[in-house]
Amino acid sequence: MTYQTQQIHQDISGNTNGKNAIVAKDLSIYYGDFLAVKKVSLEIQKQKITAIIGPSGCGKSTMLRAFNRMNELVPTAHATGEVIFYGINIYDQNIDPVEVRRHIGMVFQKPNPFPKTIYENIAWGAQINGFKGSKSEMDNLVEEALVGAALWEEVKDKLDQSGLSLSGGQQQRLCIARTIAIKPAIILMDEPASALDPLATLKIEELMKELAKNYTIIVVTHNMQQAARVSDYTAFFTMGDDRAGFLMEFGETNQIFTNPKQKVTEDYITGRFG
Amino acid sequence: MSSTELFQQNDQTNLLFETNLSRRHKIGRFWLVVFQASTLIGIIALITLLYNIVNGAFGLVAIEYSIDPATLSIDGVPLEDLSKKQLTMIFQENVSTGLFRRYESEKPFEERTREDVLALVQERVVEPQIVETWDLVPSILNRNEILTEIDEKYPDARAEFVSWLNPNFITSPQSSDAEKAGVRTAILGSLWIIAITIIIAFPLGVGASIYLEEYAVDNYLNRVIQTNINNLAGVPSIIYGILGLAIFVRALEPISSGALFGLVDDPTTANGRTIIAAGLTLALLILPMIIINSQEAIRSVPNSIRRASYGLGATKWQTVWHHVLPNAIPGILTGTILSMSRAIGETAPLVVVGASTFITIDPNGPFSKFTTLPIQIYQWTARPQAEFRNIAAAAIIVLLILLLALNATAVLLRNRYSRRYS
Repeated sequence: MTYQTQQIHQDISGNTNGKNAIVAKDLSIYYGDFLAVKKVSLEIQKQKITAIIGPSGCGKSTMLRAFNRMNELVPTAHATGEVIFYGINIYDQNIDPVEVRRHIGMVFQKPNPFPKTIYENIAWGAQINGFKGSKSEMDNLVEEALVGAALWEEVKDKLDQSGLSLSGGQQQRLCIARTIAIKPAIILMDEPASALDPLATLKIEELMKELAKNYTIIVVTHNMQQAARVSDYTAFFTMGDDRAGFLMEFGETNQIFTNPKQKVTEDYITGRFG
Repeated sequence: MSSTELFQQNDQTNLLFETNLSRRHKIGRFWLVVFQASTLIGIIALITLLYNIVNGAFGLVAIEYSIDPATLSIDGVPLEDLSKKQLTMIFQENVSTGLFRRYESEKPFEERTREDVLALVQERVVEPQIVETWDLVPSILNRNEILTEIDEKYPDARAEFVSWLNPNFITSPQSSDAEKAGVRTAILGSLWIIAITIIIAFPLGVGASIYLEEYAVDNYLNRVIQTNINNLAGVPSIIYGILGLAIFVRALEPISSGALFGLVDDPTTANGRTIIAAGLTLALLILPMIIINSQEAIRSVPNSIRRASYGLGATKWQTVWHHVLPNAIPGILTGTILSMSRAIGETAPLVVVGASTFITIDPNGPFSKFTTLPIQIYQWTARPQAEFRNIAAAAIIVLLILLLALNATAVLLRNRYSRRYS
């Protein structure tokens, strides 16, 4: 572990560090030569839900993935600017993206449990990250994560069944349980309910509110009602003529939805474009 | 109401579109017939192949004996069931004193087993000799004509129905006499070579495919490598044989002959033309196939699994080892099975590398001389005597059974893994 990576580790286990969980400063993201997100500065508050909304192709998901350096799985992607997490720029050369992702977890659009048992789905993340506990402590961790994701009651008798045997909504909650089992500071959610039916969606939304008591959540959503229902803050992204996405407006969800400062935001929210 | 009438009812449709539904169905039926016909042709080809092989592997033969075994029975007990003492007596009575003494001094008859003596009687006294053979189908359909023909042409001969594929055939080594020849050395040679081929090619191939799919960046060099691998899969096998001859047999002779390790008893006979050289040559031959198939399998693992793994803070290696490989292993094994089937049937490169055409000693390690089933079959079909064609057919059946057995093992392995991971 490099010095800075160690520091992330310590700061996370240490006390609070201001009201912001993560801050983007002049962040631009490129795919090859193409500028996908242009000079975004954004402050995400601790233990709040921040929604990122905007029309298709405006770089919402790219922005979200920039928070845990997932964009780098695309070989041509690179970023300029800073993302400050516990006082450290996660794009600093000394920072290992693997360590970043361990502290900033991610839930994807399509539920993607591993083709392993429910128990293994949760335990695996802990195992590879050097979980020090015994077998019974691991059992506790799995139970705790499943309770935290409101899935325990449904699966407690079939922990040895494949994660793929669950319904779509249950699979998505399993993915959330898997993420919280490794105790991240922030959970990124990329349209977590878009592949689910309305009832399963509702459950996920309730779960998000519950999780926000302990975790900072950033959620990308296409569904404006969802953003209005669950989020505390809303960031509205749109794109310019150069097809580069940028942050149009950011503020408390109430204000964005009832009294937007920008005309474009109002047009989008009232459904006039997008 | 017919479909055409239904069509005419809709006036708006009438103006712009023609009634062509029945023609569209007709085209569909035409292609269906074409596809069925091509399947049928394939099945006919396969049946012809099997017919040919089975036809040759069984059938009637006319056997002439120096002494009819029936006349050797004592008190109605047939020759095969006589005691050792009686057999020894028969042997002594029917061969010259000199020959008997030679066998006695080789190994006293007291110490020989009953089966041993029986074999001696068969070989030296009865002296069966196949004078003509018939294939299976005529043997069944024209049985009576053949029997009369045998009676007329070979008055001393007896007609017998034989299976050329029999336990003796499997367990006997090669022989210049078709009735005594077997495939033991060839089966052992094939198994040794395929084992070495898989041990070398599987880890190398899977390793290379993991590197190319998961690690290699998309640059000019890697694209050149990828194109080359794709092309290598299509290179004729004889060229691999020449490569094997130049590298493994000639250049690396001290290693491939075992001389470097002091493992060879008679360095003059095998040179580099050993099992290890053949195994390495075949490994080179199937390596591109294994790489391409494994790459395909790795590519088919959904990216969502990789993202989920990275999202939990897994390193690249943890992602590959815990998720990509377990999900790709059924596909990788399928590719390996196909490559293995190809390797076991290869003849040309082994001829070039220097397979022995006639060896009677079992291969006892990677530095032995070798022959394989396809080589043996090739040798036998080239012989002028009719009986060798029959044992070639029997050897083909052995090869097919061996192939099926190896494939079945691999399929079982594959199914075991796919059940575990999904």
